[in-house]
Amino acid sequence: MKISINGKTHALTGPQPLSRVIQGLCKNNPYVIVELNGDIIHKDLWQSVQLCEGDRIELVSFVGGG
Amino acid sequence: MNIKSERLADTVNRAGQTDPFMVGGKVLSSRFLMGTGKFKNKAEVRDCIRASGTQVVTVALRRIDLTRHEDNILEYLPPDITLLTNTSGARNAAEAVRLARLAREAGYGTWVKIEVINDSKYLLPDNAETVKATEILAKEGFTVLPYILPDLNIARALVQAGAATVMPLGSLIGSNQGLRVKDLIQILIAEIDIPVVVDAGIGSPSQACEAMEMGADAVLVNTAVATAGNPAGLAQAFALAIQAGRQAYLSQPPGPRPFAKASSPLTEFLYNESTAS
Amino acid sequence: MKPLLSYESIQSVLKDTSPGTTEALAQEAAALTRQYFGRTMSLYAPIYLSNHCSSFCTYCGFNNRQKIKRIKLSLTEIQNEMRQVSQTGIENILLLTGESYAMTPISYLQDAVEAARGHFTGISLEVHPMETDEYRALYRQGVDGITVYQETYNRKRYQEVHLGGKKKNYDYRLGTPERAARAGMRSISLGILLGLGDTAEDLLALFQHLRSLEKNYPAVEYSLSFPRLRQIKGQGLAPQTIDDIAFTKIICLARIFFPRVGINLSTREPPRLRDHLIECGVTRMSAGSKTSVGGYTLADPSAQDPQFDIQDNRSVDDILKMLKQRDFDPVFTDWRPIPNI
Repeated sequence: MKISINGKTHALTGPQPLSRVIQGLCKNNPYVIVELNGDIIHKDLWQSVQLCEGDRIELVSFVGGG
Repeated sequence: MNIKSERLADTVNRAGQTDPFMVGGKVLSSRFLMGTGKFKNKAEVRDCIRASGTQVVTVALRRIDLTRHEDNILEYLPPDITLLTNTSGARNAAEAVRLARLAREAGYGTWVKIEVINDSKYLLPDNAETVKATEILAKEGFTVLPYILPDLNIARALVQAGAATVMPLGSLIGSNQGLRVKDLIQILIAEIDIPVVVDAGIGSPSQACEAMEMGADAVLVNTAVATAGNPAGLAQAFALAIQAGRQAYLSQPPGPRPFAKASSPLTEFLYNESTAS
Repeated sequence: MKPLLSYESIQSVLKDTSPGTTEALAQEAAALTRQYFGRTMSLYAPIYLSNHCSSFCTYCGFNNRQKIKRIKLSLTEIQNEMRQVSQTGIENILLLTGESYAMTPISYLQDAVEAARGHFTGISLEVHPMETDEYRALYRQGVDGITVYQETYNRKRYQEVHLGGKKKNYDYRLGTPERAARAGMRSISLGILLGLGDTAEDLLALFQHLRSLEKNYPAVEYSLSFPRLRQIKGQGLAPQTIDDIAFTKIICLARIFFPRVGINLSTREPPRLRDHLIECGVTRMSAGSKTSVGGYTLADPSAQDPQFDIQDNRSVDDILKMLKQRDFDPVFTDWRPIPNI
């Protein structure tokens, strides 16, 4: 199953909860902010959201800036 | 804590009591807003915040680098600091709005600096898109601090749209050229009732002082501090200069009159003859 | 000279007896006027269309208790007056009536404006205060500006001298500039009647009123007038005399507080004073004026009842000569007429 994360295509073994992908990529980073297909997904819902083919995930966090 | 910073913190607190700076319902005692970009490392950011007494810092939102683990800037900021999310990267109102909502959703407050730039050569803000974003976000309850090219009509539109302040640039981002558009900023200070925060281009404490002397309500400095030889030292200098400028403004010093040429007496006629009406 | 917009500051300027202060004010005002207006002087003339009035203002020659001959010009008479004035070169006209909603309703004014459009490029009205819709209709027809003086901003004093008609309503009058601004009027002229109330208090209030109008309606071109209370036939009413020195300071203060606002001086004031005050802030003056109804073409001058006595009787040509002599640039018109949309 193909999805895009931060603009790049990733291949997943199959449908899975969002939380698994985040855990895999960001370990236990408490500052991750997640957007799925343009919608902001609150932390509490990561477990219950199932990913499907073609989903676009954006993982962002704060950095120093002007 | 060294003696110098204690004295500074004390002065800043006293200023807050007699000359409060109110933004979005918050009373701030420091008129120095600081950016956190371009620093060598995050520890320096923390040191500068401490040295300057700043209570509001800007941060940006970026995609996480998935290939390596990095400290998050938030770990280096004092817990009581106000985060001002900068929408840098946004090229239009829609993108700016999205970034602001992201930050809020994630629980990082509702203060947003709208920076919409679709000009990569000069980094000039898009005033029109900034107004659009302000309208949307102010309605959603954000405390909006829009960054603009100083323009009175745009500033008025921003007041109407519900902005908490206006933030005119002093000169181009990163240029450290000071108040190149001083006259235009002066107009905003005279005509706009919400706080005017000079942002961008302030390269030295004297320039920050100049902005405050003119009547600006606060300044935002980033590049000058981040790229200094001794960032914490310069941050402290900025804080002192901002205070000096503010005090000067409050004491209303007489300015030089541009047309002080003496000319022939205009009112002698009133006193030479009888003055009955 | 840096006076502050406060009662204390204005009062201390007025009370200061040193000629040095007067001169410093004048120099500052002169410099600002040069900076923002150059040496231009806008010229205009008044035409009184009617002296019917429903108000009883104790200080005015037209008030409804005064036993004067009440006249209202017919359309033909209006045309005659306008032709006469137009021949002198005047392009900015100020049409005046007493405040009578019944005798000079908007339809009458509209007829007069239509007639004016045939002769003048700038039309202003000084008539009874109206509603926004009415101002909008007049604006669309071609009126560029309105003049309305609050006379005094002190409510108590206002009630004491305005005893009849709609003018009794302080708040309605106060809201007039705003209603005109909302209607789209290009220029609005404000003023107080000097001598009626406490001068410093009225000046402060007038200036604050103007500041707030500038903020809320920044597209309007504002101007100020300072008529001085004068004797009218049979009435000894002048509670506070404003001497020429105070008057000069008032003009200067207005210029200093409002560098870009027009300041008007009518023929109420004598030639000598007018000629000097054009250096200190005045940017608009009337010329060749007649202040009685039909004063340019009707009847015998001595039998007319003017609203105020003219002290500067010079013709338009005389005024032009004087202005050129003092290196001023007389301006008859700022623009050519285009439709007001």
